[in-house]
Amino acid sequence: MTPLLSLQHISKSFPGVKALTDVSLDVHAGEVHALLGENGAGKSTLMKILCGIYQQDEGDILIDGEVRHFHGYQDALEAGVGIIFQEFSLIPDLDAVDNIFLGREKRNRFGLRDRSAMAREAQHLLERLKVSIPLNCPIAELSVADQQFIEIAKALSLDARLLVLDEPTATLTPSEADHLFAIMRELREQAVGMVFISHHMEEIFTICDRVTVMRDGEKVHDCETAATTPDDLIEKMVGRRVDNIFPDYRCDAVWDDVVLDIESLRLEAESPEHSLKLHRGEILGFAGLVGSGRTELAMGLIGATRPAHASVKMEGRPVRLRHPASALKQGIGLLPESRKTQGLILPFSCRDNISLNNLSQFQGTLPLISRRQESLAAEKLMASVRVKAPGPETAVGDLSGGNQQKVVIARWLGHQCKVLIFDEPTRGIDVGAKSEIYALMKELTAKGVSIIMISSELPEVLGLCDRAAVFYHGQIAAELQGDDLSSQSIMHHATGGLSL
Amino acid sequence: MSQLASKPGTSRSSFKTRLDGWRRTPVFYPLIGFIVVFIAMALINENFLTASNQINLARQASIIAIIAAGMSLAILTGGIDLSVGPVMALSGTLMAGLMVAGVPMPVAILLGVLVGAAFGAFNGVFVAFAGMPPIIVTLATMGIARGLGLIYTGGYPISGLPADFAFFGRGTLAGIEMPILIMIAVYAIGYVLLGHTATGRYLYAIGGNEEATRLSGIRVSRYKLLVYALSGTTAAIAGLILTSRLMSGQPNAGIGFELDAIAAVVLGGAAITGGRGMILGTLVGAMLLGVLNNGLNLMGVSPYLQNVIKGLIILLAIYISRKRTP
Repeated sequence: MTPLLSLQHISKSFPGVKALTDVSLDVHAGEVHALLGENGAGKSTLMKILCGIYQQDEGDILIDGEVRHFHGYQDALEAGVGIIFQEFSLIPDLDAVDNIFLGREKRNRFGLRDRSAMAREAQHLLERLKVSIPLNCPIAELSVADQQFIEIAKALSLDARLLVLDEPTATLTPSEADHLFAIMRELREQAVGMVFISHHMEEIFTICDRVTVMRDGEKVHDCETAATTPDDLIEKMVGRRVDNIFPDYRCDAVWDDVVLDIESLRLEAESPEHSLKLHRGEILGFAGLVGSGRTELAMGLIGATRPAHASVKMEGRPVRLRHPASALKQGIGLLPESRKTQGLILPFSCRDNISLNNLSQFQGTLPLISRRQESLAAEKLMASVRVKAPGPETAVGDLSGGNQQKVVIARWLGHQCKVLIFDEPTRGIDVGAKSEIYALMKELTAKGVSIIMISSELPEVLGLCDRAAVFYHGQIAAELQGDDLSSQSIMHHATGGLSL
Repeated sequence: MSQLASKPGTSRSSFKTRLDGWRRTPVFYPLIGFIVVFIAMALINENFLTASNQINLARQASIIAIIAAGMSLAILTGGIDLSVGPVMALSGTLMAGLMVAGVPMPVAILLGVLVGAAFGAFNGVFVAFAGMPPIIVTLATMGIARGLGLIYTGGYPISGLPADFAFFGRGTLAGIEMPILIMIAVYAIGYVLLGHTATGRYLYAIGGNEEATRLSGIRVSRYKLLVYALSGTTAAIAGLILTSRLMSGQPNAGIGFELDAIAAVVLGGAAITGGRGMILGTLVGAMLLGVLNNGLNLMGVSPYLQNVIKGLIILLAIYISRKRTP
């Protein structure tokens, strides 16, 4: 049977880098095909070639057995290839109908926009996905999941027969992800072929029929999902066996030494009051669903937003944190959720990113910066967090996600921080780098630094944290420790105690 | 093998990497453009290269160049300052008015510059603390500054300034024209500020990613306030030179100067979205505009046509630089 899509012997080089070497991939109609690999393995490059954003140096793209040449995304769309990017391409102020038909609005016989015909078809598309989403509300007001479903509907309205889903679950809650999988199963019934990119093993085994593993720009493995195991796939991905990505559990917490005492903190006048203690050397997890108020509490704590009321003590002394700068002065640092939009200055080099908030250390009597000292310090910090980069002058935008995250970590190591808040530190990072970041966090706690880790990944919370605060609807529903800290108990409290 | 092979080529390859590094700086293409236009003008016009014409050119370009130095800071942080022309006129007429009223010259100059700085800070408060878009804030204050200058003068130029005052626009120090000297001083300060101080690095960081800068513990608002205060200050310094050169305070001076200053910054290789640019690039950009003005004048091109030509050259230059920069 002719595959719906066949990529044959694709190679691609960029100046100085061989991104893809002889990669082949077949996707059949009605198949969900997982594409697996560490960051930098070449998945994105391959998908960009499939979508006509890049052109391959060698090799062919076959759709239904016919060689096609894609010179731009438009060509790929016309051939029935749709891609759901990690960052959506929807217009936030327009509603679902207008977004789906953007650029190819239906017209009535007077040449005017035919809203009702478009709404009918949009409704039909969403029914095909078995979802119900309000059609008349600006999509900015919808949940991330609903936005994603609209993206899918839009691709289908373009008669896409092959969908590429690039880490679609990264921003979804578990139940939303289940909903997405239901939609994917529905589409599989309708003979749509799908390429599914994810770092989550359990998702791959839940939804995918076949899996292709890439490493260093080459295809290293492909097989039926049923014929393999997660450990096997991870080994293929990283080229070595990773037995346990977490460092051996060791508690560095000094329970009678409270470093940070949030006596009471209310984000808004009407919102619930938080109170929480953080001990020296402790890793405290903030668990809960996306949107449960964890990031908001962290931002309010460091003064990035103005809480309505805050009474906070640092090592027993009351402090007022009205700006991230005052938090920094007290030794509290935040590594934000989104590396690219909140963490890094992308046009800057690694050195400039790392020294951003410690420049005063490199000044002499005059307020002039010594570049030499700055570079030396940056090099030292980069070595201590094991950033893989040619040197401190390397543009941070050229690094992989894991190395970028290490650069953000290095920035805070230039200070004698007592409390570090890691907000989703391993999102979108490959297994190897994750493991290194966990090890770094334990190195910090061994030195007496206290860590708050906001994480939506249960294994991470269970594998690393000494204690966890579980958030539900903007409130801390439970603080769990020791034997109480289990995936069941976290999910129980994170979902409002309703389900188990 | 690689050891042996690389040895003879070492010096050449290091030259090549240095050239590569140069090419990556934002001033590279502006400088090439400047040289090309400069040579073209020299070939077309025999009077262009004379010393007196070159001095004249630099003196004429100095006013826009000084304003553009402040504008560079605003654009670098992702903002813009449209109020510079009227602020220049306001500061200039204020200095003139104070001197005519008998205030000692140094005090009058100082007050004029301070008012420029204060007006800039006024812009900065709205941009930095009220979070309003700089283009809107300075569009509004552009009208306010112009209006204040007209109210202060009643709409008439203020003349009868003390003869000593001509020094800043027409005098020389150590054989160099004062406007050129002041321009060099402004750019030297700007160069050190942007390239070698923490403040300068923060301005780049704010333009590159404001939210990340703030979350790193840098008080972004203060630095934005500073940027607009400095932009007002450079406008006032330009006002000093212009008033001195004309020996009268002109309330209608500097119409359209904000556009020339923005053009100089962008021609100098800065990104209008912020985060990328160099102060020396702006100097090159301002001089490029100066060469164009001067050369076209020498050629006897009508001022109307000059506007069209300048506009087209700006479009072309920015098109090329956008194509070339990674």
